[in-house]
Amino acid sequence: MDLSHIYGMTVLAVGIIFGMGAFGTAIGFGVLGGRFLEGAARQPELMPVLRVQMFVVAALVDAVAFIGIGFALFFTFANPFVAAAQTAAQAAGAQ
Amino acid sequence: MAAEEHAAEHTQSAGEYIIHHLTFLANKKAGGIVDFSVIHWDSIFFSVLLAVLFGGSFYLAARKANAGVPTKFQNFVEFVVEFVDTQVKDTFHGTTKLIAPLALTIFCWVLLFNVMDMLPVDLLPAVGKSFGVGYLKVVPSTDVNVTFALSITVFLLIIYYSIKMKGVGGFLGEFAFNPFKSKNMVLQLLIMPINLIMEVVPFVARPVSLSLRLFGNLFAGEIIFLLLALMTLQGFAQLTSVGGWLGVLAHFVLGFAWAVYHILVILLQAFIFMMLTIVYLSMAHEHH
Repeated sequence: MDLSHIYGMTVLAVGIIFGMGAFGTAIGFGVLGGRFLEGAARQPELMPVLRVQMFVVAALVDAVAFIGIGFALFFTFANPFVAAAQTAAQAAGAQ
Repeated sequence: MAAEEHAAEHTQSAGEYIIHHLTFLANKKAGGIVDFSVIHWDSIFFSVLLAVLFGGSFYLAARKANAGVPTKFQNFVEFVVEFVDTQVKDTFHGTTKLIAPLALTIFCWVLLFNVMDMLPVDLLPAVGKSFGVGYLKVVPSTDVNVTFALSITVFLLIIYYSIKMKGVGGFLGEFAFNPFKSKNMVLQLLIMPINLIMEVVPFVARPVSLSLRLFGNLFAGEIIFLLLALMTLQGFAQLTSVGGWLGVLAHFVLGFAWAVYHILVILLQAFIFMMLTIVYLSMAHEHH
């Protein structure tokens, strides 16, 4: 049974998930940090308040990227497609 | 030959080690993606243990509270309670008395879940192995079931308070008449499907994103700890070579950096879970 095709496609998918998550997160954090610095430069006395809010929004920006990482790692270590292919091959072999 | 078999048993590949660490102590193997007859004993044990730890210690601190000479632990409990209370007062504009204790419970319980990730990965499983327990996952928030349990509970509370504050008609009306409203009944009926899609999708996305955000962060953190160890450490034999010592140094530096970042992630994710719970429940109490 040749699983190499499934493995190859899974690796590509994992790479794309990680890459696009990183791309979006980087742009998001860049804009977020830039706005924080602008706001802090206009009103330095508000810097602690703004910093707390920046971390709150940072966790929200991170969220979907991490959800993607969770799925990508799941595909890497417990690949459901390989499991499905193996059960299908076993069923076909048993016939 | 027995020694060779013994040795072959003990040398796992890297993939097997990771998969061993990702397996829950369950009563049976799952028969598919969704299998409601599977019970994860280790997640249940550690969640209940941490809940008893949190509830018990905070209760004792409240019982023995001394206004004149507070103990250090009482100070700490007061600090946490005041912190959560400030967040609730700033965000929640209703009168329900459940919100602040709920926020405190969510924050402390999720924080305790996450803090279990700071223990060395093999420590508690090794203890478990000496008791004959084959698999042990000690961080409950790496179990999707646990995070979904929390977020589905919050989702049910959102629906409960929406119906309580606005009535069933008001609650359903929010989906049908927002964001596009019209005085003309016929036009309103035509617009209703668009409104339903635009309102129901974010509404259902809330518990899903709430739970998967916490799960993804903690799961990724755990895997990166495992991968760092696997890539840089190869057992005591490496201490004999310079390359081996470089590996140990690399593990120390990388592991330390990731652990410090993970401390921030742990606190932040517990805080975000609590904040979003408060915000969603506040939105459930308000009218559009």
